[in-house]
Amino acid sequence: MVEEIFQKFRDWIDNRHEYAKEWKEKTNRKIIGYFCTYVPEEILYAADILPVRILGSHEPPTVTEPYIFAMFCHLCRDSLAQGLKGKFDYLDGIVEGQSCLHLRQTFNAWRLHIPVDYAYYIYVPHSVQTPHATPYLTQELAKFKHSLEEWIGRKVTDSDLDRGIRTMNRNRELMRKIYEYRKLDNPKITGLEAMEMVLSSQMVDKEEHSKLVEQLLRELPNRKLNRNPGTRLMIIGSEDDDRIFMQNVENLGATFVIDEHCTGSRYLWNNVSPSEDRLGAIAERYVDRVPCPSKDWPEFTRVKHAVNLAQEFKAQGALVIQNKFCDPHGIEIPPLKEALKSIGVPIYPLEFDVTVPWGQFRTRVEAFLETLTGLEDLF
Amino acid sequence: MKKFPTEQLKCWNEAKNLRKSYYENYLNAHEKGGVRWAGGAWSFSSIPAGLGEDVYSLTGEPYGATIAFFKDFTAKCHEATEAAGFPRTLCAYMRNYWGSILLDKYILADGKVIDEHPAPDFIWQDHICCSHGKWYQVARWLEEKKGKKVPMYCVDVSVGYPMDKPLEEYKINYIFQQLNDGVEWLEKVTGREYDDKLLCEAVWNEINATRLWADICTLNQAVPAPLDEKSMYSLYVMGTLMKHRPECVAFYEKLKAEVEDRVRRGIAAVANERFRVITDTQPPWGFLRIFREMEKYGVVSLGSLYTYGLIGMWKYRPDGTWATKDLPPRKPQTREEALRMIVEWTVDRPEWAHFYLPEAKTKMILSIVKQWKVDAVLLHYNRGCEGLSVHIAENRHGLVEAGVPVFPFEGNMGDEREFDLPGTLARLTTFFESMGLKKLRE
Repeated sequence: MVEEIFQKFRDWIDNRHEYAKEWKEKTNRKIIGYFCTYVPEEILYAADILPVRILGSHEPPTVTEPYIFAMFCHLCRDSLAQGLKGKFDYLDGIVEGQSCLHLRQTFNAWRLHIPVDYAYYIYVPHSVQTPHATPYLTQELAKFKHSLEEWIGRKVTDSDLDRGIRTMNRNRELMRKIYEYRKLDNPKITGLEAMEMVLSSQMVDKEEHSKLVEQLLRELPNRKLNRNPGTRLMIIGSEDDDRIFMQNVENLGATFVIDEHCTGSRYLWNNVSPSEDRLGAIAERYVDRVPCPSKDWPEFTRVKHAVNLAQEFKAQGALVIQNKFCDPHGIEIPPLKEALKSIGVPIYPLEFDVTVPWGQFRTRVEAFLETLTGLEDLF
Repeated sequence: MKKFPTEQLKCWNEAKNLRKSYYENYLNAHEKGGVRWAGGAWSFSSIPAGLGEDVYSLTGEPYGATIAFFKDFTAKCHEATEAAGFPRTLCAYMRNYWGSILLDKYILADGKVIDEHPAPDFIWQDHICCSHGKWYQVARWLEEKKGKKVPMYCVDVSVGYPMDKPLEEYKINYIFQQLNDGVEWLEKVTGREYDDKLLCEAVWNEINATRLWADICTLNQAVPAPLDEKSMYSLYVMGTLMKHRPECVAFYEKLKAEVEDRVRRGIAAVANERFRVITDTQPPWGFLRIFREMEKYGVVSLGSLYTYGLIGMWKYRPDGTWATKDLPPRKPQTREEALRMIVEWTVDRPEWAHFYLPEAKTKMILSIVKQWKVDAVLLHYNRGCEGLSVHIAENRHGLVEAGVPVFPFEGNMGDEREFDLPGTLARLTTFFESMGLKKLRE
């Protein structure tokens, strides 16, 4: 049964567009695509809108060059390519929560070249370490909510917001509980499975997803994975949905026991603390969440968080996925390396693009694993 | 063929000396009992001015560009940052700057390299580009590894751009509040008492300097153009180093008078002017000779949205033309007035528009094309700066749709390994020939 649940997560990812189209037909409700996890999905759920994350396909890019200069990251180019190819033709609108220049460019190119009814950019503060960020974001969210109300033709009430907050909190909380099973000496799930669970949550109705995660939580304690976990690895990066890479690395005698990226733990690590001021509470959650490095200054709080995760989940080493041209993440590699090294966790950076040269990466990852486990086994 | 008279700028040497002193003053600040701070060219430099007359800054982008001009030193800086584990795809200015810290060397305006990178007493930065806050966060981290703890304050200004109507009050307030806190922070980290009068002076200076630069750029609408872009780089830079300083205002006043005189007398920057272009984003600093190559075809580059609007402040008039932004009704009298005034002034910065709205930048470029009588636009797809290259492909679309000939070329403002000089020149001359130009006799 557990295998069926994981298969369902996989199916949702592989057939995400079919799912969305069927959902729309079944519910007669709107779907909004978002690019970055700084979009407060709570408000979209409150408005009875399905938020789905726009991601790439990892196919060689062929259509984005006229719209985005090729020195911008593969996520932004590949995501736009999906829109240009008509893969997201069921979207009623797009929303972006300010994170980086790259995704902002995708948002604008989409707004200008791919027909949608609604396009909205939320100016999420970049400085999340200033005390003024939460009050400012609260006002930004009020403006966003007002704009949504005008578009859908009805008020989003406090009770709607409570529902949106509950939906998101429940889903994040359930997935965090699943993450606990990754701490075990013999983890109950692989890194790939964890990634597929989180990724699929960004693509389907959270209520439906949560039901399945609940079921997984009931059944996971009895699961015995018929594999040697091998080396305990951490994966760190920005957006990372390269499932083939995860699988390949885990087939080399390793298990990703924890991750620090926005298609993993960063997406679900904290909840909205409900309060009378609903929008204020949502704003607080997005200001206090594990930050994207683009917002993490002057202190390196994400680096400290990554160190905590590595310790908590007993990682022996970390693969750092550097999405080529992603400056905020690239900038943090040396401080991250130093911090993890100080607790005895070596890192190995790999530069990712739309496609991944697995042949070369395999040799490099194997060599890294050998440095973690010693060479004795080889001879 | 008609030849225009040319003359060297009279204030050229003064510009050189101002820039030279700037880097020396920062270096020697402590000897004079002064304070030095580091931050970006766009930082609210008038705020630290309230700490006293002996406060000296080192702005990061111009320093990165200075390094880029001296290719040997740039190469060493890049090697140092790459050896430290930073990706080579990051902002080229930032890598130059970090390289200077890692090598523990400091370069002066004339290329003289000094041992020991002078660490700032504090960092005062602002953040609109993904790299701005991170740049100095790492600079601080690198200094700390060398045993120097540098406090850092960074103001988030990424609240959007006022395209059709002013920004909402809560957005202005968000920046204002950060600056207000920043004043207290400055007092705390320096142990100095803050002088609001100096702040008001500095804010007024900045407003005047950034207006004056726009006035000077406007004079380049004349035919022949009194200034060419290559020369303007040495002039606009004062606004990126010391826009809040009285020396900057005085220099721009003198320069404006001289350029007005050149226009009156028909003095040209390029004697053979017959085709007028503008560029976009920072140039590849190590290869400024491309501008001299253009002159061989009678082409003058009049500037760019970058040279006009990085520091210059502009507005749209009711008739739709682009012109110098109006002076506020009166000089600020209090800290609150000064901080609010500089926030309201700064959020209109033309070079911030394209961060959010490609249409806004296209509109400004088209205004320049029309008002400055421009024949073609050379778009530098700059691999070294994602901040100024963001949406550049959309700008290309907008210009082409408006019927403007566009020459896109790829390069890097600060990393010579990413600029192909012969290839670019070959394509550029083909472009000029397609515009009906022929190479003039040497």
